[in-house]
Amino acid sequence: MTSMPLASSSRLPSRASWWHRNQQSLTPWLMLAPGVIFFLVYVIFPIFQSFHISLFEWDGLGPKEFVGLYNYEELYWDDAFYVSLRNNILWLLLYMLAIPAGLAIALFLNQTVTGIRLYKSLFFFPFVISQVVVGLVFSWFYDPTFGMFNVMLGWIGLDPVNVLGDERFVTYGIIVAGLWPQTAYCMILYLTGLNAVDPEQIEAGRLDGAKGLKMLWHIILPQLRPATFIAFVVTIIGALRSFDLISIMTNGGPFGESRVLAFYMFEVALSEYGFRMGYGAAIAVVLFLIMMIYIAFFLWKMARDERGH
Amino acid sequence: MFPTPIEKSSRSWQFGYQGLLPLALIFWLMPLIAVAIFSIKPEADFSQGNYWGWPSSFEGFANYALVFTASDMPRYLLNSVLITLPTVIGAVALSCMTGFALGIYRFKGNMWLFFMFVAGNFVPFQILMVPVRELTLGLGIYDTKLGLVLFHVAFQTGFCTLFMRNFIRALPKELIEAARVEGVSELRIFWYVVLPLMKPAIAALAVLIFTFIWNDYFWALVLTQGPGSQPVTAGITSFNAEYRAAYHLMSAGSLVAALPPVAMFFAMQKHFIAGLTLGAVK
Amino acid sequence: MRSMLKTSLAALATTAFVALPAMASGLQGELKIFLDTSNPAPRATMEEMISRFQEKNPDLKIETNIIDREAYKTQIRNFLTANAPDVATWYAGNRMLPYVNAGLFEDVSDLWEGELSQKLASTKKAMTLDGKQWGVPYSYYQWGVYYRKDLYDKLGLAEPKNWDEFKGNCQKILDSGAKCFTIGTKFLWTAAGWFDYLNLRTNGYEFHMDLTAGKVAWTDDKVKATFAKWRELIDMGAYIDNHTSYSWQEALPFMVKGDAAAYLMGNFAVAPLRDGGLDDSKLDFHQFPEITPGIPLAEDAPTDTFHIPAQAKNKDNARAFLKFVVEAQNQTKINGQLGQLPVNADSSVADDKFLNEGFPMLNKAYALAQFFDRDAPAEMAKIAMEGFQEFMVKPDKQDAILKRLERARKRIYK
Repeated sequence: MTSMPLASSSRLPSRASWWHRNQQSLTPWLMLAPGVIFFLVYVIFPIFQSFHISLFEWDGLGPKEFVGLYNYEELYWDDAFYVSLRNNILWLLLYMLAIPAGLAIALFLNQTVTGIRLYKSLFFFPFVISQVVVGLVFSWFYDPTFGMFNVMLGWIGLDPVNVLGDERFVTYGIIVAGLWPQTAYCMILYLTGLNAVDPEQIEAGRLDGAKGLKMLWHIILPQLRPATFIAFVVTIIGALRSFDLISIMTNGGPFGESRVLAFYMFEVALSEYGFRMGYGAAIAVVLFLIMMIYIAFFLWKMARDERGH
Repeated sequence: MFPTPIEKSSRSWQFGYQGLLPLALIFWLMPLIAVAIFSIKPEADFSQGNYWGWPSSFEGFANYALVFTASDMPRYLLNSVLITLPTVIGAVALSCMTGFALGIYRFKGNMWLFFMFVAGNFVPFQILMVPVRELTLGLGIYDTKLGLVLFHVAFQTGFCTLFMRNFIRALPKELIEAARVEGVSELRIFWYVVLPLMKPAIAALAVLIFTFIWNDYFWALVLTQGPGSQPVTAGITSFNAEYRAAYHLMSAGSLVAALPPVAMFFAMQKHFIAGLTLGAVK
Repeated sequence: MRSMLKTSLAALATTAFVALPAMASGLQGELKIFLDTSNPAPRATMEEMISRFQEKNPDLKIETNIIDREAYKTQIRNFLTANAPDVATWYAGNRMLPYVNAGLFEDVSDLWEGELSQKLASTKKAMTLDGKQWGVPYSYYQWGVYYRKDLYDKLGLAEPKNWDEFKGNCQKILDSGAKCFTIGTKFLWTAAGWFDYLNLRTNGYEFHMDLTAGKVAWTDDKVKATFAKWRELIDMGAYIDNHTSYSWQEALPFMVKGDAAAYLMGNFAVAPLRDGGLDDSKLDFHQFPEITPGIPLAEDAPTDTFHIPAQAKNKDNARAFLKFVVEAQNQTKINGQLGQLPVNADSSVADDKFLNEGFPMLNKAYALAQFFDRDAPAEMAKIAMEGFQEFMVKPDKQDAILKRLERARKRIYK
């Protein structure tokens, strides 16, 4: 830090006087302006525009036609919408497995043997890879003709399964692919959290005879609560944003059984055969309302923490 | 430390653990290892059904050379760089300012603005698709790197602001107070007092945003088309369409596309993890 | 419409190489061309064609952009509304409709006036919406059954002429341990090829066109009859397993390796099958056989086309390019390279085993359909093709699928 030029501003008393008097109240707005404007234009207004567009029938090319709530009525009758919604819920629930799985791996790796740092990095690095590549890697893993997955099923005496081509398995198959990087993410959160666990409390627990799972549950997990909270938040966001994997691995198929709302929205609005911007926007609104529950919860908790400080 | 340090456990478990580590790692990275092996195989291995055996010959150089010479991959990679770097700079710069404003000053609406950034950051960004596409078309920057950069900067500002504001909150207030007493202007406080203290946060955010943006696929699909402006995540799907069923090339191409963030991660590991785990410890 | 393609072979023979005279003076200015011909052979063909156009017009500044074929299908709407090129490839039939309705394609009826209208008569209807023409064709190709001749010979099978022979052959193939047909339905449209042919043969061309135009209910008994025929094949186990996981290219190796004996496909499958090692002694073609006796045989023959975006900046140059594209000599040349059929009646067909079979087949055809996703509007095509794919896996859900399609029809064609 350089402290040399700090006092120089006081040399300009007359010219800067108005500014000088008000700078404490003006500076924050000056600083906020570019970021806030950008964010409003590209994120906040579009959310409301989505509400607006959802009231129109529009192919994205010609003029818009106002249809009121017709798009929502259509949604109500649309089987594909319910399939997507169901899959979204599956994603939300099963994606949570990343949290205990990440914790398990973190506990497994939380040692100080030689080379453990490299192990930790290598365990983490699926998270750094693009989901596009993860999707490709897993679609080859599941490939019904040569995929490693069926080879492995063969080892334990099971018949081959066409994971991505079978409507019963497809969503689970994609979620597993998504869990791979997500687990790595949760693992790193917990590894950091474990570093900060208070050794005295562990000792105290040991004296009380707490061991293994009991120790984990009563002494360790309460101290990992901040890590768990973050893991929870990022996992929910990740689950609702799932798009890349579906687009790469199945393109929503077979017969639309692996769609989620985010993908379905893209499909009806902008894909090869999709020309329904209004309908896509209506799906966006539904997805937004689902997410709003979590956002509200998060903001509520944050507001509470802020006051606690 | 939990669980019990390995040094304190039985000798056999110590050996067991040391042996288990590499096995677990291989299992964990199995899909990736498979792709890496694919990428050095000759084409003949695939047509002869030798998917999982040893490569009949080492074709790594040929395969990777082909990725770089016989396709648009170099252009896609360059596009990715030209999209990612400006975004990192833009988002970090904007959020240093917003974070400073929200973290240092008390004013009406501070909390609400902060909540706006946080809430916007959690939105499943696909819902912005239709309006943002229209906006980009309207500005005449559809299918340009600039169009993608502007959106990324705006959206990432939400996350970065959350990050920066919390970081600045934790800085010692006394430094700023002392500077004010000396009559230092607010902008100079930002530039000479706060910014130098934010270096670790800037480094952490920069590597994090780099990874996020490099790996973006959705917006590349919505806002760009073709090798003139698309980043490598979208490029890899065109590449694969061109070389469909040529698994050795698709594998090599995928690894090339995945490599830069991996390299970034290993080079800047400390910052990366510091960024990701902010808030995981109180 | 009875005879979309009644090209007289005699006329063809006499005028084959009598092309229009080349343009005397070169064009000025710029010409921006977007192409979806990203596969190797079509790419080279188009590049070669454009370089010939460049030679004729040395002062013209031509910019060519070749976009991945699949990506092109979603990108076209973007570049038509922003950064429009002067010329763009696309497809005939209803596939043009959204862009024509939105006023994004230029009306090029002027190019179709006079002589050219005769030369391109076979595709005029497919290029016409609202009584105007919106582009020009450069190529078309046949669909039909490509089969492993060596396998058929080994099993003593002949090309089937009717449904019973078709199924009889299939049963013998199944008994030998192979599958009758390879197919990859991951991207849906391949299943539509089967629906097209089963419906054209079961119910005839008029019914098929009424169905794709939304005039008939999907729950109609005639549609159910088509599905019943399809089901016979599905229940036999005629198709390869796991087809929902494959693209059409990924389904090719099954035929190359002999795990499947035949492929219902467009003629563009010949090139990769030959690359896979099937020479003309192993690969052969037959027309999709008759199902309902007496129904005249119509065929799928998709037409690939060039258009001028309404927002193009150099429309005169674009018109000159379109004229060049449809010249008989040029069509002869590019289709020879593409392994497809020229549309201009004065062009000649390349001497190729499969074109020699396909060309007369299409000339004798009762009528030509474009293809399901070009005849039906985009949304209907998508929902219907998804239904076809589902039906191929779960034929028991037929009624639920048809009800879903019917509900979609009522919404889409209102």
